[in-house]
Formats: sequence, C-alpha cells, structure tokens
Amino acid sequence: MTDFPHTPPRQSWTFSNDVNAEIRRAAATGIYDIRGGGSKRRLPHFDDLLFLGASISRYPLEGYREKCATDVWLGTRHARTPIHLDIPVTIAGMSFGALSGPAKEALGRGATEAGTSTTTGDGGMTEEERGHSRTLVYQYLPSRYGMNPDDLRRADAIEIVVGQGAKPGGGGMLLGQKISDRVAAMRNLPKGIDQRSACRHPDWTGPDDLEIKILELREITDWDKPIYVKIGGARPYYDTALAVKAGADVVVLDGMQGGTAATQDVFIENVGMPILACIPQAVKALQDLGMHREVQLIVSGGIRSGADVAKALALGADAVAIGTAALIALGDNDPALEAEYNKLGTTAGAYDDWHEGRDPAGITTQDPELYGRFDPVLGGRRLKNYLKVMTLEAQTIARACGKSHLHNLEPEDLCALTLEAAAMAGVPLAGTNWIPGRNGF
Amino acid sequence: MQVFDLEAQGLRALNATLHGLSGQTNETAWEIVNPRGSHAIAVGVDAPVDITVRGSTGYYCAGMNKQATIRVKGSAGPGVAENMMSGTVIIDGDASQYAGATGRGGLLVIKGNASSRCGISMKGIDIVVHGNIGHMSAFMAQSGSLVVLGNAGEALGDSLYEARLFVRGSVKSLGADCIEKEMRPEHLRLLADLLKRGEADHLAKPEEFRRYGSARKLYTFNIDNAAAY
Repeated sequence: MTDFPHTPPRQSWTFSNDVNAEIRRAAATGIYDIRGGGSKRRLPHFDDLLFLGASISRYPLEGYREKCATDVWLGTRHARTPIHLDIPVTIAGMSFGALSGPAKEALGRGATEAGTSTTTGDGGMTEEERGHSRTLVYQYLPSRYGMNPDDLRRADAIEIVVGQGAKPGGGGMLLGQKISDRVAAMRNLPKGIDQRSACRHPDWTGPDDLEIKILELREITDWDKPIYVKIGGARPYYDTALAVKAGADVVVLDGMQGGTAATQDVFIENVGMPILACIPQAVKALQDLGMHREVQLIVSGGIRSGADVAKALALGADAVAIGTAALIALGDNDPALEAEYNKLGTTAGAYDDWHEGRDPAGITTQDPELYGRFDPVLGGRRLKNYLKVMTLEAQTIARACGKSHLHNLEPEDLCALTLEAAAMAGVPLAGTNWIPGRNGF
Repeated sequence: MQVFDLEAQGLRALNATLHGLSGQTNETAWEIVNPRGSHAIAVGVDAPVDITVRGSTGYYCAGMNKQATIRVKGSAGPGVAENMMSGTVIIDGDASQYAGATGRGGLLVIKGNASSRCGISMKGIDIVVHGNIGHMSAFMAQSGSLVVLGNAGEALGDSLYEARLFVRGSVKSLGADCIEKEMRPEHLRLLADLLKRGEADHLAKPEEFRRYGSARKLYTFNIDNAAAY
C-alpha cells in the first residue's frame, strides 16, 4: 500500500479556535459575553504614525535646557472659572461602583500630584475623589445616579456624557455582584440587582434640547464651571459641530479603544471607530466653525505613552484622557498576581471580567477583602510617576520637533507607516507626499 | 412680596438673585412676571421661599429645586422640576414631557395633564397629576410615588424598579415588568396623604385607584426574557 502524503490539518480563518470557543460558550450559557475594557482588535493606531523630528529646515530645542511648556487651559469659552492643568493628560471618567473607593482615592491623589484632573463616573461623586482631587470633573450621565446641585457646585467642571468609545449608543451596566450597600444607596436601587443605566438622557433629545440643558446647568452653577460634552467615536465631525453649537466649552472624544466597566463584547468590538480616525474629523469640525482652540478637544481611547500624547496633540487635540492606562499604573493586570488570575481562569494582561467584582488587584471591586489589599497612597504615587513620565516623553518628542509648547506640535510633524493610518490621520505616507483621500485619489 | 420682571431684568439676574437667598432671608415671597416661556426659570434654588411664576414656562423650570415652593400660574415646558431634591412645585396648567424626571425628593403637582415620560427615572420624588399622563411614564422609575387621577398612556412603568404607581383611570398598556399589584391599607394611607398634599383630596378618594409596581423579573438578566429587554 502506498503511503500518500495527507493533507495537513487546516484551521479555518473564519471559524478560528477563538470564534468556535465563543460559539460553544454562547451555546452553553445562553448569554452574550460581558466584559470590561475597550476593543482588543488590532486597530490602526498611534503606533502607525511617526514624528519626523528636526532637520535643516526645523531647529530642535535643547533637552533639559530649553523650555517646552505642557500646561493647558480648558473651558475658556464661557466659564467664569476655566480649568488650568499643568499637563495635558487627564484621568477619564470611571465610576465609584465600577472602581473601589481606594482606587478612586488613588486616582485623585496621583492626578493632583501630577497637576491634572480626575473625573467621576456613573455613580455620583464620592468623598474619596472630591477630597483627594484638586480638580474634579463631575459627569452628568443619562442615569443621573446621585446627581444633585451641591455636587454640581463643588465640582470644577461638568461633563455631559452623550456617549463613550467602548459603546457609542449604549448605556451602562453594573451587575449585581458589585451592588454593595454603599453602591446601592448612592444609586437609589435595591442591593444586588443588575443595574442598567439608560443609553439616552431622560430629559433631552437632540442638539437643540442639549443647548437648553447646558443653559440650565450653567444657570444652576452661575456660569462658573466649564461644561464638557463627551461623545463616543461615532460621527465625530457632526457630533463635535453639534456639541459646539449647543454651547460646549470642551468636547471630549473617546475612540473604541476606550474602556468601559462592563458591556457586551460584541458591542465593544463592532461599534464605533478607533481614535486615530476620530481626531482629524473633530479637529476639522472645530476649524470649520472657527472654534479650534476656543473650544478645547480632549481625546481618549488607547493612550499609553508620551508618544501617543504627542501624536494626539499634533493632530489637533488640546489634551488627552487615560482610563485603562491609569488602572494599569495602579496595578491592574499585574503579572505579580498571576496565580490569582489563573484561579479566575485568565492571565495577567487579559483579565477583563471587571464586572464580576473579583479583581485580585482590589481596583475593580466592591469586596472589602479585595479592595483592602490596595494601598491608595502607593497607587497615587505610581499614577503620578506614570503621568510625569508620559509628560517627559511628550516633551522629548516636542523638543525634537522644535516646539516650545506641546500645543505647537502639528500634523506637519507627522508621517504615517500605513496607508490606513495616512488616510485616517490625514498625514502623508512615510517617504511620500501622498495623503490618501486628498486631491481626488 | 418681591416682584421680578424677567423680561426686563433677564434670566441670569433672576437665578443669581434666587441663589443668593439663604434660609435666614426675610424675602420669602417672590413673584416672577413676564416669563414668556423662558427656559431654566428658578433653577437650582436652595432656600425655603415661595416663588410664583405669572405665566407659562419653557424647559426645566424649577430644575434641581431644594426647599422652595414654586408655583407656575400657567403651563410648564419639558423637564419641569427635573432632578428636584426637596420642596414643592405646583403647575396650575399642563406639563410637557419628562415632568419630574430623575427627581430625588419633594412634591410635584400638575393640575392639568402631563405629557409623555412623566416621572422618568424618578428617584424618590412624589408626583401628583390631576389629569392624564402620556406614554412611557415612570420609565425605569426607581423610587417615590406617581399618582394619576386621570388615565395613563402606553407602556406605563416600563422597566420599573421600586417606584409606586397609582392610577385612577384607564391604563392603555403596561410596560415591560410592570404589573398591577394589590392595594393594601398602607397604600391607601400613603395615597390619602399624597392626595391631600397634592391638593387633590377633594377630587378623588384613595379607594378609586389601582396600584402598579415592578414584577421584579428583569432585575437579574435571564436570556429567556430577551424579548423584554
């Protein structure tokens, strides 16, 4: 008998092992996969951009000797008391409920020491974060959990949340495991039930209503506070223009890499656009309205380093916000906890079942034993260090491009490594003067 | 009586003046004339004062009210008394959409009809409507009481949490997870008090109402309820 070569086993690209595992999981449980975090896809991102640096036609600035300023003003359009931050890296909105009290305290400590702001989330303002945050942005969300005029007035800015990058068009979800007595009391809900937050605001619909809602909030706070409008990366040109029309002082734009405490994986991975594709559209809207730098733009979704900060600013943002990266700086997904991640059926770097409230790092939990492990002073110091490093990195790049302020970075300082990134960011493909989509081709 | 001419003096001056009032003020009675449907009238007030608006108001009148008694001698636009914390707001005419939305305390009385989404996401406020209410009222209502002397529109109490709904007339349809519940003596007592405080005890008796509340079947996700989510 002749021994013919066999066709080697061939895995399907369409029905990969990961896909098949998800089909089996769905068939066994009857519920879609819920998880925290943002998109895990390989997306066009800041990694696909490079800075050109100085040359004969551009003079660099001397590192450690010549100043490269990093401060940013937010809310200069209408607010009587705009915000002035030392660095253009802010902490994104994350709720008490999703995060533990000590984790919120650490965010406040670290942000304050680094000279920047932190943000509440879908659960109201806690004393931990107000007490430890020099500059606190108070989110105004569809759920209005804990909303009250006293907290509006003791906030430093108000952020009306229309959407977020992980789930543009989706509401919130905090499952029963995390609804402790304190969380339940703050949200006025029974303990232990799955808590859903609405996807639309209960008392306004559309940009004309939003304008009146902003008027009301300004009147309640006597026109003192900057009012931000946060949007997910859905239609950034039009959403930015409408937010400006409605009277926003600041637009916060969150791409699909931006994290959430919990939502459906299918939502996270299939709705919204990567932040790289969003920034130029938002900047274009501001420029078309003559409002670039008048209404400030904060961008978020996958910001990890000073290079990302510099690239976002070069594309026209005034500041960035970090969420996932801040949690990692605090100790989330640390390999030192690998044995405990293994017990949860996962591994360090992949842990995303934040909604289950069993976070061994004590950050995304309401379990006193688990959050008792987390040291908010140490966490705050780690966050401060990380924010300082990001700022130094961004300054290093800006000086190399000859810029005396991070805001002087511009698209002309950039080139793209891929066609996709060149088209999305609106900068030339490296080594060419070709920006796909411009000039008809 | 302090009289404030909104048309002449402007909205900013009105709210700044009202925000300047404290619990010790002697200026406890205010009248706002020429409101002309302006938005954000008397928002964020935090003092035990009486405010009468002589005419109809636009969006968000009495928004986030604390302590004050605010009476509108006309009709109110969308979101009247939204997120009210305490105090009393009385609308002599009709109220538009989202009346009392997300309210956390106090009493809202609407002597005419209320439009859709009355009491949406209410969190402790009490609302008494002398007339009818529109569709999707008390959507995701968390706590507090909604009393309706007339009829309710479609999908009353959809995705309701622990708010108590009392309707005297017909209910066009109930929303997901909202069911009729037994009216027990404690509910009749509660209703009698709400009718009295809502200036409606001469119009209706507690025994004439039916009670609605949450079946609590959607409190924890279950795939077999997917069509209801």
